[in-house]
Amino acid sequence: MATESRTDPKGADAVSTLAARDEVAEARYHRVGFIVLFALLVVAPFVLYPVFLMKALCFALFACAFNLLLGFGGLLSFGHAMFLGMAGYVSAHAAKVWGAPPELAILAGTATATLLGVVAGFIAIRRQGIYFAMITLALAQMVFFFCLQAPFTGGEDGIQGVPRGVLFGVIPLTQSFAMYYTVLAIFAIGFFLIYRIIHSPFGQVLKAIRDNEPRAVSLGYRTERYKLAAFVMSAALAGLAGATKAIVFQLASLTDVHWGMSGEVVLMALVGGMGTVFGPVAGAFILVAMESYLTELSAWVTVVQGAIFVACVLAFRRGVIGELEAFLRRRRNRN
Amino acid sequence: MGISVPALMGQLLIGLINGSFYALLSLGLAVIFGLLNIINFTHGAQYMVGAFVAWFLLNKLGLGYWWALLLVPVVLAVFGVVIERLMLKHLYKLDHLYGLLLTFGLALILEGVFTHQFGSAGLPYSMPEKLMGGYNLGFMFLPTYRAWVIVASLVICLGTWFLIERTKLGSYLRAATENAPLVQAFGVNVPRMVTLTYAFGVGLAGLAGVFAAPIYQVSPQMGSSLIIVVFAVVVIGGMGSIMGSIVTGFGLGVIEGLTKYFYPEASNTVIFVIMAIVLMVRPQGLFGQR
Repeated sequence: MATESRTDPKGADAVSTLAARDEVAEARYHRVGFIVLFALLVVAPFVLYPVFLMKALCFALFACAFNLLLGFGGLLSFGHAMFLGMAGYVSAHAAKVWGAPPELAILAGTATATLLGVVAGFIAIRRQGIYFAMITLALAQMVFFFCLQAPFTGGEDGIQGVPRGVLFGVIPLTQSFAMYYTVLAIFAIGFFLIYRIIHSPFGQVLKAIRDNEPRAVSLGYRTERYKLAAFVMSAALAGLAGATKAIVFQLASLTDVHWGMSGEVVLMALVGGMGTVFGPVAGAFILVAMESYLTELSAWVTVVQGAIFVACVLAFRRGVIGELEAFLRRRRNRN
Repeated sequence: MGISVPALMGQLLIGLINGSFYALLSLGLAVIFGLLNIINFTHGAQYMVGAFVAWFLLNKLGLGYWWALLLVPVVLAVFGVVIERLMLKHLYKLDHLYGLLLTFGLALILEGVFTHQFGSAGLPYSMPEKLMGGYNLGFMFLPTYRAWVIVASLVICLGTWFLIERTKLGSYLRAATENAPLVQAFGVNVPRMVTLTYAFGVGLAGLAGVFAAPIYQVSPQMGSSLIIVVFAVVVIGGMGSIMGSIVTGFGLGVIEGLTKYFYPEASNTVIFVIMAIVLMVRPQGLFGQR
């Protein structure tokens, strides 16, 4: 990139001022987005059902973690359920059997997902594109069978009746408001962490690898390491979401490690907008809302999900937030 | 450890049966991927639909197994043409991942509709009379139907291999896989070839569904768990070679059968473990080229 600016200083300057203007506008848009999002989330439990909100927030974090890998690393994982589900099982087991306080249970679940991410990532990053998706799917299926057979997961029943416990020994999480704001805090931490990661030098390299891997290699970056690091971070944050979810719903079950869950998180990112900051959050809220409306028609949920997949891929590839951003950019460029 | 020959042979036979399905399905995936650059996630659902169409033909129209063998691939191929013309053809210029996402969505739709219509419990499909019974080989009992499935799928696999590697039509196909615009410049109707290739792959999946109907219960979920294993098979074999898909499919089926005998706890996961090992040692797959 540096060499290009030397060969054509004038053109590059014009491009860079435009890019700088874009960046400033984008930062402003993100700041406004943050304020609106979190203001809404703080008052939301007074208007909406807290259980619905907590479910949506757990999935939003999960989808953001997934989007970190797909939207910014260009790696489509079709096995992210393994991190969500496995972390959920460990967190539930720690809270129920070992009697760990919620913060430690969640930490244990997250740590397990991170470790699993190191192993799975090490195997999966050996291939790209479609193969990467198939490999992660197969690895997740392996974890699914492990969870089905391992004694501590409770097989088909899962781990039920997990105690929510007392956070830091002072805040009893049995009250739904205390639980809600804890989940919101965890979501906020995860969300800002992802925001920092994608805007750090590391994130820039990741995007460069996504756009043109051979070029990144030729510039001297060990792309494998970057991809593995992104994979592990994504796994850890997905694990954080899963571990929290298990504590909130007092349940860890096979649903969360099933391939259907891996597909659902792909759909959330797709509907909201892959590679956007707020897209996965929007996608998670849309899908969780849709599912709670359609609960009585369980078979139709799959059909509707499938139809949304098809519609998004054929006609709506940028997703809700992606379309919104494109609209804002068009308007800005006109002015 | 004492080895019981009939039990071992029984598991080997089941392994060969599973291997036939892995081979048939991974073959279809490889043919489709070669020309369309799309991983057909709907493959498992199309296999399931194939079994259901066979069930439908028998129970609603009174057309038996042999008719099903003939009609189901045709029905599924027409279905494939519709999908390719309506949807897939818009995706060839985009990132390969969109093809995966679209076909995944289609798989969800099919599975959901059939679950809604028929429930999750399986429907029985009665075996054709001519293929009932079996042979006593002395050391084991060989059911005729299972022998038939293994032989028939082997013949179809080798036939497909011959069609693609040894005929003129196949040479067009291979050339288009290498460089489609150039083949089109020579006057070959490549878009039509793409459509027919997809139809052929889907027809193979439907045929596998007919083979499966009398052995397994015909259920909406029969495809989804199978297709994930087939993906692992494809990763292990690499999608570069037709013969590679066939050998890997049958081989992994046998390995799975042996695992079921010697260490049953690992029988569900052994193929995934092998996939991980192969990726460590030879990331491009056993028969793949870089």
